[in-house]
Amino acid sequence: MRKLIGILLLLIIALGIALSLKEIPFGITKTIIGDHFINKGIEETGAVNIVTSVVVGYRAFDTLGEITILFTATIGLGALFGIYKKKKVNLEIEPPSLIVFTGTRFLFPILILTGTYIIIHGHLTPGGGFQGGAIIASAFLLMYLGCKGKRINENLSKVVEALGGLTFVALGIVGLITGKDFLFNFLSKGEPAALLSAGIIPIIYIAIGLKVGSELAGIIDNLIEKSK
Amino acid sequence: MNFLSENIYYIGAFSLIFIGLYIVLVKKNLIKVIIGFSILDTGIYLFLITLGYITDGTAPIFSKSGLIADKMVDPVPQALVLTAIVIGVAVLALAISLAVKLYEHYGTLNLRKIKEQKW
Repeated sequence: MRKLIGILLLLIIALGIALSLKEIPFGITKTIIGDHFINKGIEETGAVNIVTSVVVGYRAFDTLGEITILFTATIGLGALFGIYKKKKVNLEIEPPSLIVFTGTRFLFPILILTGTYIIIHGHLTPGGGFQGGAIIASAFLLMYLGCKGKRINENLSKVVEALGGLTFVALGIVGLITGKDFLFNFLSKGEPAALLSAGIIPIIYIAIGLKVGSELAGIIDNLIEKSK
Repeated sequence: MNFLSENIYYIGAFSLIFIGLYIVLVKKNLIKVIIGFSILDTGIYLFLITLGYITDGTAPIFSKSGLIADKMVDPVPQALVLTAIVIGVAVLALAISLAVKLYEHYGTLNLRKIKEQKW
């Protein structure tokens, strides 16, 4: 009965969506705002990667809000699991095999390096703070899998996370003082496609990278600590 | 057949969305419901990216000279999905941690057996 009602409901929704999607042809049109970003993006923000200029240039304030969602989710997870950290149940965990251990030691620096590269070149090549931060967090996940017993320094990760968020907000306030808007791009835009270009965009992306990396690593740390 | 090949991306994205919705509506196990939400997420990302696609388009990055601006795909949906994926991971972790807490409290993950829940 429940399945029947579910399928019926989904069929009604599917009909409505199909009728409205008929008006949107696939692969032909672009939004007006998207056209503007592509044609004017380089001269207005200085970033060669248009997606980056949208994420931390035109919609930087929106990104600040999304980072806040990430922060809230991490805080919620920490609050749920942090209470029970006192009573530890010591289960004997089998140590990882030699292959996993050696592979971890080999891959960990490479992953950190790749993540850093992707964060720093966010305004030039595909990538940026979110992607690079996820790669750095995956390096820490590998560390938890490969070297049992090792943990990230919790206080240091919190400091790095707070530093990332503070840099973002501080840059916004400096823009408010020097220019007229919050997150105004007050540094020189430089010439396009150079590493030091696009004003505050690379700095904001580095801050986002630090924040995302340390937050995702913190989530992994909380979940693994819980499973022990 | 023509209809299918022209709209295959929309059909794929909405198949994922409807599979996710069906799991959320019908399944009893809380973990399965969370997996359903995750599948729903993936479908939405695909749909947003599909909306911005242009036939034979290139990535919206002026990495070398000679790239035509008219041939680039829409950057706005990509920027939205980029942040949404990372947030999706964090929210998924929060949902799983809530499920763990529920299991510790009630001893079951069956949503019909948890009395305070109306599902």
